[in-house]
Amino acid sequence: MSSSTSYSIKRILKNNTMFIALIIVMLLFQVLIVATDNGSLFAPSNITNIINQNAYVVILATGMLLCILTGGNIDLSVGSIVAFVGAVAGTLIVNLHWNIYIAIAMCLIVGILIGAWHGVWIAFVHIPPFIVTLAGMLLWRGAALIVLNGLTISPMPDKYLTLFSSYVPSISYDMIDQDPEKAASLTFAVTMIVAIVCCVVFVVAQLLQRNTKRRKGYETSAAGLFIARLMVFCFVILAVASLLGKDKGIPVILLIVAVIVAVYSYYTQNTVPGRYLYALGGNAKAAQLSGVNTDHVMFFAYTNMGFLSAVAALVCVARFNSAAPTAGTNYEMDAIGSCFIGGASAYGGTGTVGGAVIGAIFMGVLNNGMSILGVDSNWQKAVKGLVLLLAVLFDVMSKKRKASK
Amino acid sequence: MAKKLLEMRHITKTFPGVKALDDVNLEVEEGEIHALVGENGAGKSTLMNVLSGIYPHGSYSGDIVYNGQICKFQNIRDSEKLGIVIIHQELALVPLLTIGENMFLGNERGVKGRINWAETFGRADELLKMVGLKESSHTLVKDIGVGKQQLVEIAKALGKNVRLLILDEPTASLNDTEAKHLLDLLREFKKKGMTSILISHKLNEVSYVADKITVIRDGSVIQTLDKKNDAFTEDTIISAMVGRSLTDRFPKRVPHIGEVCFEVKDWCVDHPVFEGIKVCDHVNFNLRRGEVIGISGLMGAGRTELAMSIFGHSYGSDISGHIYLNGREVRFPTVKTAIRHGIAYVTEDRKGNGLILSESICRNTSSARPEKISHHNIINFDRERQVAKEYVKEMRTKCATIDENVVNLSGGNMQKVLLGKWLFAEPDILILDEPTRGIDVGAKYEIYCIINKMVEQGKSVIFISSEMPEILGMSDRVYVMNAGRMIAEIPGRDATQEKIMSCIINSDKGIQTADAES
Repeated sequence: MSSSTSYSIKRILKNNTMFIALIIVMLLFQVLIVATDNGSLFAPSNITNIINQNAYVVILATGMLLCILTGGNIDLSVGSIVAFVGAVAGTLIVNLHWNIYIAIAMCLIVGILIGAWHGVWIAFVHIPPFIVTLAGMLLWRGAALIVLNGLTISPMPDKYLTLFSSYVPSISYDMIDQDPEKAASLTFAVTMIVAIVCCVVFVVAQLLQRNTKRRKGYETSAAGLFIARLMVFCFVILAVASLLGKDKGIPVILLIVAVIVAVYSYYTQNTVPGRYLYALGGNAKAAQLSGVNTDHVMFFAYTNMGFLSAVAALVCVARFNSAAPTAGTNYEMDAIGSCFIGGASAYGGTGTVGGAVIGAIFMGVLNNGMSILGVDSNWQKAVKGLVLLLAVLFDVMSKKRKASK
Repeated sequence: MAKKLLEMRHITKTFPGVKALDDVNLEVEEGEIHALVGENGAGKSTLMNVLSGIYPHGSYSGDIVYNGQICKFQNIRDSEKLGIVIIHQELALVPLLTIGENMFLGNERGVKGRINWAETFGRADELLKMVGLKESSHTLVKDIGVGKQQLVEIAKALGKNVRLLILDEPTASLNDTEAKHLLDLLREFKKKGMTSILISHKLNEVSYVADKITVIRDGSVIQTLDKKNDAFTEDTIISAMVGRSLTDRFPKRVPHIGEVCFEVKDWCVDHPVFEGIKVCDHVNFNLRRGEVIGISGLMGAGRTELAMSIFGHSYGSDISGHIYLNGREVRFPTVKTAIRHGIAYVTEDRKGNGLILSESICRNTSSARPEKISHHNIINFDRERQVAKEYVKEMRTKCATIDENVVNLSGGNMQKVLLGKWLFAEPDILILDEPTRGIDVGAKYEIYCIINKMVEQGKSVIFISSEMPEILGMSDRVYVMNAGRMIAEIPGRDATQEKIMSCIINSDKGIQTADAES
């Protein structure tokens, strides 16, 4: 009994190495930040900040993961698409005064079309993705500069900003002015209620699922493990919510990101087309001979990347309150780095959306922590490069040990 | 009495959890061909890896005495210095380099990092002549066939002044003629005093070429047979290998053959790259319900290409011809349509084309027919696991759990997972392409049993194999294919190895004269 428990604990640790590494890095920064008297990593306003700063990375990393799954293929054009779609959004909304919702829909369509453009060349003409997206990187950056004529459009209308940068609950400035205490307690209460509802829904859904499994005679994980997992989930949700509640509430952007992550996580893990992504990356020939239309899978992965780049573009325009031709520079590298830190294989076939999210948060915390500590931005870059290498090395080593055992 | 060249004493090698070799003793005399036989996973390759220094000294216990000295090889270079060269089953040649460059890769001719190309290619040509390969050393390796590549490997070994040549399954991917040439070459070198150790599954080859046969089972040496004293019959070797006598290598079945359910007419396929080269040329055949038909032929006869082009046009271009399923004409433009019509193709290359090695047994099992474990594309994991368990049990696949990655399984167990995957697709017609290649005798028998079970259920099997005994042992009817054409159809009871070979030889003559005329 005890040996099997310790074995499963070991396995859990191994399967969640990056999650544990993330927690360790967070604690390390917290110690350093407190020791140098720079406040706290876990200050409510800083948590809100980390979320707002990194939302786009999580969105892009999710899309990038699908591309990487198909065989270690990456999309280099992501940053340029963000700039171009941002430029389209700025032009339509600010210069041409389009209805915001129609403009947003238009931007998403543009993103899908750009993705499909790449997808056609990659999937049906079989040009290597690296080349197609390198061409796209130049093409869309150029297009962004052309559309904007090299200038920056700003500011965006308030109505647009509130769509992406507001908080739940949305408290009017009047109320904050009149009764700040009441506003704060209302924010906290609503945030916690939302979090508690989330936890209850999750726990009930898990319990129901477990029950049906039992009833149908399928195997279920050990009770202790099951409860531990529920507890970790609820703890994380409640802890984050309590911090957010003390600040401005739940950022809308967090909800958007949560929906995207949930949808894509479900898609990759629980659906047949999602399974095809793994099959293609694992062994393309075997996938073909099993009836998978690998061209379609490839086309979808890149079209989807275009779509998520457009989403990220809208988010970025709102966050910076401007559409600039230089927006999105190096975003593709953030997304790719997040996937690899999160355990995706550079040869395709392995990796999860959850892992990519953890990778993105890892990078985000690193940036944020070093900024708070006042590390020089040149040094920040160097450190990030080393951490990327170390993280992947760590992953490779732990897998090697697993294989030899 | 010849001099002992090699003696391996009390070799024990353990991997975590498994004793791969248990107190193995092996003696090899100078100038003999010593065969190592045994089931897959018996420890033959492990033993040779110990010998060649792939597993360095210290990772095993026991002594290697070579040429009268105890050797402590740290890596493969140490053993090569003494003239021990191992040629692995998977060839290690770089396709886009020339034969000459490959032969001296890591052993370059020249001084101080500057390569002397004249010497390289000159020496390479000499060595190629020694192995009887009529190719220029400037030819790219990708442009020559596997049989010739194997000869290049041997020439490469000669270039290293080999005294003891170890060949791990050298003929696994060769046809009979090429295999014969290679074995004759070994005998030729033997006369010149070279010693070889040959690992092989093909017992007829072993008895043809070997002076001594050592049988390994479960990491221990069971017996060493000497040509001078013992009879090398397949039965004696097999019984030593599996520890029981396999009086019947092929399980019996009572055939219940129904009407024709699958028919292919005028099937033509062009080579996918070279236009105008016919890989299949007006092929006709039919298959009855509950029947096993064997398709025999040499390597490169077009059997795999025929099967794959039928299976959703997975091979070739310009495919024409008709397929009739239960009397109705059907078309399979994609693999998916073929699967939906109840056709399954179990590839000859289970690692390259069959399984996703990085995924679990469970996920591989459901991969050909995911709609059976899903509803509106949403996967039911419980159902998937249940199915995978059923097939692991039915196939008697040896594995710790169904979550184990396929890459960790042995060849025979991989083949069982692959078969399970296609049986899960519930085909009516199962095309098996070399289903027993590279797997041991015991696993072969189990696969034959699975085939019998399938036809008993009223399914039909197209059985492609290069091993004639198993074609003869398993088929109700035998088709013979050569150079892209179906050249003969022989009822199972009348088919003999000689008959099939004479069909092939006669048809070859026909082609040669046709070429001469044109």
